[in-house]
Amino acid sequence: MDLIESYREDLRFARRPIARVLLALLVAGLVALPWFAPDHLVFLATLVALYSIGVMGQNLLIGYTGQISFAQAAFLAIGAFTFGHLRIWGLPFPLALAGAGALAALVGVLVGFPSLRLKGPYLAIATLGFGVAVYQVFVNFEALSGGRTGLAIAKLKPMFGLSAAHTQYYVYLLLVTAFTLVTYNLVSSYVGRAFVAIRDADLAAEVNGVNLTRYKLLAFAVSSFYTGVHGALYAQVLGHIDPQIFNLLESLTLFVAVVVGGIASIEGSILGALFVIAVPKLLADYRELVPIIYGLGILLVLMFEPLGLYGGWLKTRLYFRNWPFR
Amino acid sequence: MTSFFQYVFTGLSAGSLYMLVALGIVLIYRSTRVLNFAHGDIATVATFVAFSALSHKYSFLAAFGASLAVGAAVGVAFYLSVLARAQREGANLLGMVILTLGLALIIQGVVIWYWGADPVSLPFPISDTRTYTVGGVVISQLSLASLGAGILGSLLLYLLVQKTRLGLAMRATSENLMAAQTLGIPTRLVLSVSWGAASALGVVAGIFLAPALLLDPFFMLDPFLKGFAAAVLGGLNSLPGAVVGALVLGVAESLTGGYLAIHFKNTLAFGIIIVVLLVRPEGLLGKEFKERV
Repeated sequence: MDLIESYREDLRFARRPIARVLLALLVAGLVALPWFAPDHLVFLATLVALYSIGVMGQNLLIGYTGQISFAQAAFLAIGAFTFGHLRIWGLPFPLALAGAGALAALVGVLVGFPSLRLKGPYLAIATLGFGVAVYQVFVNFEALSGGRTGLAIAKLKPMFGLSAAHTQYYVYLLLVTAFTLVTYNLVSSYVGRAFVAIRDADLAAEVNGVNLTRYKLLAFAVSSFYTGVHGALYAQVLGHIDPQIFNLLESLTLFVAVVVGGIASIEGSILGALFVIAVPKLLADYRELVPIIYGLGILLVLMFEPLGLYGGWLKTRLYFRNWPFR
Repeated sequence: MTSFFQYVFTGLSAGSLYMLVALGIVLIYRSTRVLNFAHGDIATVATFVAFSALSHKYSFLAAFGASLAVGAAVGVAFYLSVLARAQREGANLLGMVILTLGLALIIQGVVIWYWGADPVSLPFPISDTRTYTVGGVVISQLSLASLGAGILGSLLLYLLVQKTRLGLAMRATSENLMAAQTLGIPTRLVLSVSWGAASALGVVAGIFLAPALLLDPFFMLDPFLKGFAAAVLGGLNSLPGAVVGALVLGVAESLTGGYLAIHFKNTLAFGIIIVVLLVRPEGLLGKEFKERV
């Protein structure tokens, strides 16, 4: 069966041949998507790609490190507006993106400091307060947010003879692949295990030599970096940002994606991103039902399938692997 | 000096409504160790029920009663059907946060679906344009009524918790659940009373806030966060703390708005949360929070 005999084997990305075939098919399908899919589907795939980055970041913080945070929208806004200003000053896309992520990470460390003293509910409140405060600062400071008209962001230049939308799709696909690989490596390294140890028993982790200060701040920095990049990429897609976009509901959307996709799972983060993009699209005529679906989604996940969509996939896979036995 | 008293009075009247919200949050946190993120949304849906009743020409008192009943019923139903079950199965903190957020999202969706997202105004018998002037301080009927509602609400809660047998059971249950069960206190019932009372307090705040703000599906979000801030300021475990915290927050906010900058009036609350949590996490009047990481 599926016996792991060495650490090297445990780290392998796709262990069984069939998994490799499926993964190759998935990648080929994603690369070929613009050739057979209509443009609006390519656009949706672009959105899923950029949301996956943010959800992965939040999953590192909430799922792996166990720090409940509701400041997601604040980091999205910081990333988006940094990116917007840097682009307007004439920086190229990759530099502006890195700058957005870096500033978000820096602020993330500042927000992380309370987490050294606060636990559980208190941290949730502190980050919720920070999220709302940042939102109000952006709304009230016109120099930062570009006032009522917001910031306009130049579109990516088409490359390699592709259309602008397809160029954007490929750039985002590349980025999300890179982030996924980095995250995989992160969670299976010492750092990832330190995060999980902090979540499961922080005192025991400290006794075993995990530097709590360093790794909690690192978790905040990494997750804010991801979320800042998400904000920047979102700004690029929208082409125009104003602070009203980054409200509490946006924080909750990322939170729902983490929970529904699967807490502490990378595949789950991508599934969660797919969920929060697909639900509003499928219910385009019944927008008011979207929060109900989100709410029911997290309630049902918590009560019946704590690992979320990814847990569901694991069970399905196990069922077929063991078929016809149960 | 007159303007100073004016700001203090405005702050007290706003603070008394934050107080009702904060008392509800503290009551629920003390008894079930849950931060109820759906507190504001329960009040929202109940206020919309009052709106519907008033537009069907029911009297104001009937509408008020109906919305109190709906708010309390939602709180009790959520506790009994979802939360009690999850707690019996040993849900962790993240799980309970997820549950109340789920309820909040569902209620938001229901309100938008049934009443629409456009702001409406609640016909209210007490106007905020009729005013009295006392020594230069302008006092509107509405602010006087909110102050009265805040005082009455917290007084009733005080009598319930401190002077009745049920209140004794509530205190025992929040002190030590296991011991209370052993002594034969029907804890499930007592805790659902806590949820019902807390939700009803939130609804009162919602009804009195509605004429000043317009009624839309998110109108309770801001007061809810302020109530949260007040509860943290006073100490999440302490009912008197919630009263003190809310009044201090209301006055501080009003003075900031008057003397410093109106833009930062709303941000102040969240600054206070962060500072209090860093300096004195147990709040002004709270005890018990000894655990440091």
